Formats: sequence, structure tokens, C-alpha cells
Amino acid sequence: MRSALEDILLPVAAIVAALLLFGLFVMLSGLNPLDVWRLLFMGAFGDAYSWQNTLQRAAPLMLTALCVAIPARAGLVVIGGEGALVLGGLAAAVLAHALPPSVALSSPLAGSVLVCLAAAAAGGLWVMLAGWLRQYRGINETISSLLLAYVAIGLFKHFVEGPLRDPSSLNTPSTYELAEGLRIGVMGASDVHWGLAVGVVACLVAELWLRLTPSGFSVRVVGGNMRAAQLVGLPASRLVLLACLLGGAAAGVAGGIEIAAVHTKANAALIAGYGYAGILVAFMARHSPLAVIPVAILFGGFGAAGSLLQRRLGMPDASVLVLQGLAFVLILASEALRGGAWRTWLRSAHKVAV
Amino acid sequence: MTTHFTRRASLKSLAALGAAGTLSGWASLAQAQKPLTIGVIYVGPRDDYGYNQAQAEAVALLKKMPGIKVVEEENVPETAAVQKTMTGMIAQDGASLIFPTSYGYFDPHMLAVAAKFPDARFAHCGGLWTEGKHPKNTGSYFGYIDECQYLNGVIAGHMSKSGKIGFVAAKPIPQVLRNINAFTMGARSVKPGITTSVIFTGDWSMPVKEAEATNSLADQGVDVFTMHVDGPKVIVETAAKRGKMVCGYHASQAKLAPKAYLTGAEWNWLTAYTTFIEAARSGKPHPNFVRGGLKEGFVKMSAYGPAVTEPAKKSADAIKAQMIAGKFDIFKGPLKDNKGNVVVAAGKSFKQTDIELEKMNYLVEGVIGSV
Amino acid sequence: MNFDDTLIFLAGILGGALRIGVPFLFVSLGECLTEKSGRINLGLEGVLVFSAMAAFGASWLSGSVWVGVLAAALCGGLLALLHGLLCSLPRVNDVATGIALMLLGMGLAFYFGKPLIQPQAPQLPAIALGAWSSSSAVRSALQINALLPIGLLLACVMAWVFANTRVGLLVRLVGDSAQAARALGYPVAGVRIAATVVGGMIAGLGGASLTLFYPGSWNEGISSGQGLIAVALVIFARWSPLRCVGAALLFGAAGAMGPALQSIGIGWGYHLFNTLPYVLTLVILVLTCRPGAVIAGSPGELSAR
Repeated sequence: MRSALEDILLPVAAIVAALLLFGLFVMLSGLNPLDVWRLLFMGAFGDAYSWQNTLQRAAPLMLTALCVAIPARAGLVVIGGEGALVLGGLAAAVLAHALPPSVALSSPLAGSVLVCLAAAAAGGLWVMLAGWLRQYRGINETISSLLLAYVAIGLFKHFVEGPLRDPSSLNTPSTYELAEGLRIGVMGASDVHWGLAVGVVACLVAELWLRLTPSGFSVRVVGGNMRAAQLVGLPASRLVLLACLLGGAAAGVAGGIEIAAVHTKANAALIAGYGYAGILVAFMARHSPLAVIPVAILFGGFGAAGSLLQRRLGMPDASVLVLQGLAFVLILASEALRGGAWRTWLRSAHKVAV
Repeated sequence: MTTHFTRRASLKSLAALGAAGTLSGWASLAQAQKPLTIGVIYVGPRDDYGYNQAQAEAVALLKKMPGIKVVEEENVPETAAVQKTMTGMIAQDGASLIFPTSYGYFDPHMLAVAAKFPDARFAHCGGLWTEGKHPKNTGSYFGYIDECQYLNGVIAGHMSKSGKIGFVAAKPIPQVLRNINAFTMGARSVKPGITTSVIFTGDWSMPVKEAEATNSLADQGVDVFTMHVDGPKVIVETAAKRGKMVCGYHASQAKLAPKAYLTGAEWNWLTAYTTFIEAARSGKPHPNFVRGGLKEGFVKMSAYGPAVTEPAKKSADAIKAQMIAGKFDIFKGPLKDNKGNVVVAAGKSFKQTDIELEKMNYLVEGVIGSV
Repeated sequence: MNFDDTLIFLAGILGGALRIGVPFLFVSLGECLTEKSGRINLGLEGVLVFSAMAAFGASWLSGSVWVGVLAAALCGGLLALLHGLLCSLPRVNDVATGIALMLLGMGLAFYFGKPLIQPQAPQLPAIALGAWSSSSAVRSALQINALLPIGLLLACVMAWVFANTRVGLLVRLVGDSAQAARALGYPVAGVRIAATVVGGMIAGLGGASLTLFYPGSWNEGISSGQGLIAVALVIFARWSPLRCVGAALLFGAAGAMGPALQSIGIGWGYHLFNTLPYVLTLVILVLTCRPGAVIAGSPGELSAR
């Protein structure tokens, strides 16, 4: 009971503290913190329009956060989601181009599913490579996944501007456009595309998988204690690779959806930092796929509010980055308050000082 | 819209008749003062000494105009975010005229938002508005800055001692290639054997790569530089540090390197902006395809730097006069590309307004580099 | 390509290595110190960008470039202090904190750096080592950053301190076995925080070199992952400050390859050439790491994470 309360209270307290600190920060720049807080709320959750803006931004974040959260449950820290995302987007655009029109248009849903699968495969394999390098070559997955992300972006740009380029895409080199039937549309009368639903469903499925299935449980055991897992006879390496595959697939799907729902073709605009934002969301949600949903919405809200802050108060767009950084730092610090561990720490700190 | 027209016409005639009663006087005053909210969206920072700054300088002048309110947002990526920004400006800030200033905002983003808000007007910078394909409440504007790059080339041709000039570019897209070609042809009109070495950095804003490119070109003996990247500051400063000369682009970078700066190709976006604003205020239909060069005042040249020689100035001024008189075509045959193929047949010449030029995919003879 | 052209090409690569390698050198030396004490600091990217901004701002506002360098070191140390303090709290993950600091550092840098995009700040002097050469390419390649000799000296001093002094031994002890250090009565957390802060200050000098020498201007795209590559560099250099020098030059050269090749006419695939530093890092990691086994020279506490 206490732990569940801590799970919710501590991050919330951290975010409130971050907002307060941010208010102090803007006060130093000569702005009224009350104005800023009001606009933050209005921009994120103020009216129907803001809500749609927030949810639209949250959609890719949920998936890229899974790219960090699922491997984290297996004990890895993977931060290369951006690379998986761009390759997923590229695969989706390429496949969409390669699919014969008959297949594509016969069933729009089937076409979209195929596009997402291609994206998932590309992203999943890329992150699995980082996992493989860790298990079989002992390379730190944080560094390798980040390096692979840079390499993926280079590959993406090379292919989009070179061999896969649509000759009629003049001043913004892009691949061919997706056929109408393959695109992902908006939900009902709103402005938000189905990618949001995919994100929410993916998070729920991931949470259920981790909690209820044997493979999910095994992955958590590996994450908890690799040695114990090996002693029990679990195929640790394969489970690590599985976690990487699933995480990368999620990020890949995020890229595919961005192409199918927003851009309709692959070009450099896809590289927008969703992968990196997903890292924050995952850590803030303490790597629980269920918690990723509200945290992603919060982050979407920050981004949406940032737009309003710029337009109304003339604040630099980096203000939201500062707020996110503060929130992240405080949430990490709040970990220390968990379970009274800080009491023992204070005592030991006292001992050494004496 | 027709009502406005006739009302305006009748107002004008009333005033002309001298029957300027307080009513008509007040009505026309009210029309002039009708507040117009404009939204401007930048893809990068406003003060980058380059592309975005050129837009922002014009916007700053707009803010001083009576009855104009401006909302701006910077660093908006070319994703769904810009759609949200545009929608926000219209729905939350009451903007009725939007200027998305980056090329990548056009398709699908601006088109999607324009479809949802048929009463708002959208003026996109650099896009290729096509009759029948794009909605009427959208339009695109651009300037023929390659005319200024041609003049840059003329000056460079005069001033270069090594016979090698350099161009640091972001990506090999038509607008950039057109500039590279114009620069080269301008220089070659002075010194036929001069060569332009091109380096593509890969993206619009990569300071370290731009500095490296400048150094590499300088190592190769290039002594006059120009560029087509979003923020020319790094290239200008690096070239100046190497003791080379530089022609600017987008906005004037003369302050950064007063001795090394020869001249520059600058935008004069105010002309384009006021075209759209006038139309919006007077209720006239939204201009859909707005283009212009030196003649129409869409682009301008920076003042000459102290190093530029008299003969160079005379030469460039003469050609500039011809361009303003509409008597100068840059892209005319016979023109070969740098692989030996003929790209413009003898006897054919392209006017600046020819759409063909906006699809350019070659580098002319004299350019060292490949697309 | 004749001899002259080859010379120019090689001089270009050397120049690029010396220009681009300096930030790599400082960040890897800073990370080396931090990791020797048993802590990994992934936030050096944020430190690099933040101190680059601080250096430019201080230099511009005060008119003196050395004030800018000092500001860079101080800001680097400050941000690293935050990292050190956070990591010394219980249950806080090193890696997560590093990423948080990376984001906070970058956010603060972009926020405060807005008014700094336009101005020009006094720059670091260059030392003309190539005055003996008649080739302008060689001369410009050997125009080195005034901070480079400081960096080289620092590398030597660090190597000597680690090997021969009490302080160096203490840092290594804390890094190899915290238990042993505690048993001897040394404040493990305190030593680590100190090492992190000094490491941050050194990395800050790398930031100063970016905005006060090359490219010499403040811009939001000034760093392209150099702080993160530095972590890999340190592994490559097997935690030896002297080998960090060689590694930094190697990576600087890799970064200069793309533009250098284009300037001699090889224009194909420049996007792929731009990924050369990252691919090189991966290849080196593949060659030097072994699963399960600890790399020679690795501080014990790092792998126990």
C-alpha cells in the first residue's frame, strides 16, 4: 500500500516541485510565474483544441518510451529509439511504395497493418543489434544504441536523398508518397490520428505481457538479477534480445505511423527528436508501460504549452526543455526518498563525517 | 467579396466627388484600421544571421505598421507540430493570415490546415503553388535570389586571384543548384576559366561541418566563398579567419567580417509580405503565386565592402541595371552541365519566371562537384 | 592525384583532426577522471553545450576570452556537481542522471544562449606552428588552438598524478573498490563528487574551445554528440589519459573526412561519411570489448553497476 502511494505521490510531488522551480526560473527572466503557469495549463489542457494538440504529441512518445521501458525491464538502458524510429519510417515508406496497388487498396486496414509490421521489423532489428552487441561482445548498450541511432540517421538521409528519392520531390527530398489507402486517418471528428490508439494499446499490451505472461515474467527476472536468472536456467541472452526486439519494434511503429498519418512520405522532417523525448517519458514512468500513458500525455502537454508560451509571452522555445530537464532531475532525486532509504543514507553520511 | 469591392468603389467615388462627409471619411478610416492578426512561423531561431533572420527583419517592420498584430513562433519542426501551431494561431490567437516560412511546411502540413480553415489565408515561402492542385486560400512567394548570386559571382570573378571560388551548400535541391549555377556563370562571365568547388554539408544547419567545409575549400586554394545554408555566420567568420573573401547570403553579414565581405545576396521579404497584407485587408483575392527578382524589389544586394575594386563594381552595376530593366536572362543556351551534356539548347533562353528553372537538377560547366 | 594534391588532402585531414579533436580531448579527459573514480557521467554532452554557451557569453560580455574560458570551466564544474550530488543519493541510477543532466544542460544553454546567436565574441588566439611551411594548407592545418597545449599538458599531468601521487591513488582506489576505500576510512562519495566536478571543469574547457575557437560561434547545433562519443573514447583509450590524446585526434580526423573528400571531388554518399566517427567508435568497441570479461584498466566499480 505504502509503496503504491509512493509510486504515485513521489513523481507527482517531483513534477509540482519542478513547476515551482520553473516559476522561480522565469521570475529571474522578468516574467510573472503565475502567467506562465496559467499558460502552461491552458496550452496543455485548457480547451478542446489544446487537448487535441497534447494527445497528438503524446502519441509517438508512448511508443518511443516503450523502446526504453521494455529493455529497461530486462536490465538494459537503451537510448537509441530515434534510430529505430527513422528506420521504421523508412521501411514503411519503402514498403508502401513497393506494394502493388491491388494489395494496398483492397483493404485499407490490411495495408496499414502491413506498413506497421514493416516498420516494427526494421526498428526491432536495429535495437536488437544493440542488444546482441551487449550480450555477445560485452559492449555497453547505452553507448552502442546511441551510436547506432546516429548511424541510422545517416543511412536514412542517404537513402531518402539518394536511391529512394522521388524525383518530383524537388526542394524537400523525399521518398514516394504513400497511397491514400495506406494512410492512417484521424479518429472521428477530432484532429488526432489513430496513432494515439496504437500507442495506448501497445502500452497496455506491454504491461499485461510483462505482468501476466511467462516470457514477460522471465524478462523481468533477467532485469532484476541476471545471475539469478541464469542460475534458474533462463536463456538470459535470448530474453534480452526479445526485450530489445519489442522495444525497437515499438519505436519503429512510431516512425511508421508518423509517415502514414502525418507526413505521408519519408523525409528529413521525420527526425524530430521523438526518440529522445521518449527516454524522459520512460524514466519518469519508472519503466512501467502503464505509467507511460499519463506521462506521455504530460509531456505532450508540455510541448503543446511551449507553443503557447512562445506566442503569448515571447519565451524562447527552449523553456520547455528547461522544464522537462528540471522535472527529470527532480523525479530522479525523488527516487532517493523512496522506502525510507534516505534515512539509512543520512545516518551513514553522518558516520563518515564524524 | 463583391460587396466590399463595390463599397470601396463607391466610397472612393464619394471622396473623389469631394462630398467627403464625416460618414465616408470615418468609413474609410475604419477600413484602414481594421486590425489584422498575422502569424509567422520560423523553422529555426530568428537571429541566425541568415534565412530566418531575413524573414524576421521584414516581420519586425510589419509590427510597426498600424493595425497589424503579429504572433510568432520559432524552432517549429516540419512535423504535425507546425499544423498545431498554425491551427493555434488561427483558433487561439485569431490570426487570419499565416506565413509558414520554411519550405518543408508546405506539403502536407499547410495544405492540411488550409483545407480546414477556408477563411484564413496562407502564404508559403518557397513553395510551388499550382493552379488546380492547391486550394485558393493558399499561395506561395519566393524571390529570384539567383540574380543576386549571379552578381555575387561577377564580383567574385573580378576579385579572385586564384581562379578558384567556393560554395558551401546544404543539400543539392533545385533552389540551391540554381544559386550555385548562377554564381558560377556570373564568375565565368568575367573569367571564363574560373571554377567553383561545391561542398554539401547534408543539412541546413551544421556549424562544425560548415566550418570544416570552408577550411577544406580554403586548403584547396579557393579564395572567394559564398554559401546556401540557413545560418551563414560560421562560414563567413571561418573564411575571414583564413584571410579569404566572402559574398554573403540571406541577410547582410557585413558586420561579421567587414574587411572580407565583398557584397551579398539578400532577401527583401517586406515586398512580398505587403502584397499579401494589402490583399487581405482590402478583401481582394489571396495572391496565389508571387515571385519577383531585383526588378520587383523582392531581393537586393548588400552594399559593397571596402575591398571591392572599381572595375568590379562597374561591371556588376551594369548587369544589375540590365536585370532591373528585364533585359538579362541568366539561364540561356547553349549551356552545358559539368558532365558535358547540353542542358539548355543554343537559342533557347529561360526567363526567371519559367517554372522549368524551379526543377533544376544539374550543375553547370565549371562547377566541381556532383549532384 | 599528384604529390601536391595528396599533401593538401592530408594536411586538410590533419588540420581537421587538430581542430575537431580538441573538444573531444577535453571531454574525454574529463570523463576519464570521472570514470576512474567509479562513476559514469553521460551528461557531459549537456556540460559541453552549456559551458560552450557560457564561454561565449562571458567572453562577449567581458571582452576577454580568458574570462570566457574560466566561465566555461566553472559552469562545467557546476553542472557536474549537480550530477555528482544526485548520483550520491541512494537508489539513483548513474545513467539516468546523466541523461537528465544532458537535457537540462542543453535546455539551459539554448534558453540563455538565445541572445548569443548573433554577436561575435573575442576568440582564442591561435598558435601558428606551421610557419615553416610554404604550403598554405599545411600552415593553416597547424594553426592550433591555444587550449590544445593546455590539453596535452593536462593529459600528461593526469597520467602522472594517477600513477604517482596519493590523490591519484585515492581516486583509483575509490574507483576500483569502494569497499576497500571505506574500510580505510576514505569518504567514497566525497571523492567521487570531487572527481566528477573536476572532470566537468575539464570538459567545460572543451566547450570553450568550440565557441571560442572552432567553429567560434554559438549555435544550437554546435555539438553533434561529442559528449557521448567521449564516453566511448575513454573505453577505447582504456582509461589512460595519454591514449585519450590519440583517440581524440583519430576521431577528429574521422569528422573531417567528409568535407575533405568532397573538396577533392569525391561527393558520393556524404551522409554516410558523416557517420564515420560513430561507425569507427562502434568498430573499436567491437574490437576491444569482450563479453563478461573486464577490459584491462577498467575501474572495478564501473562494471559492478
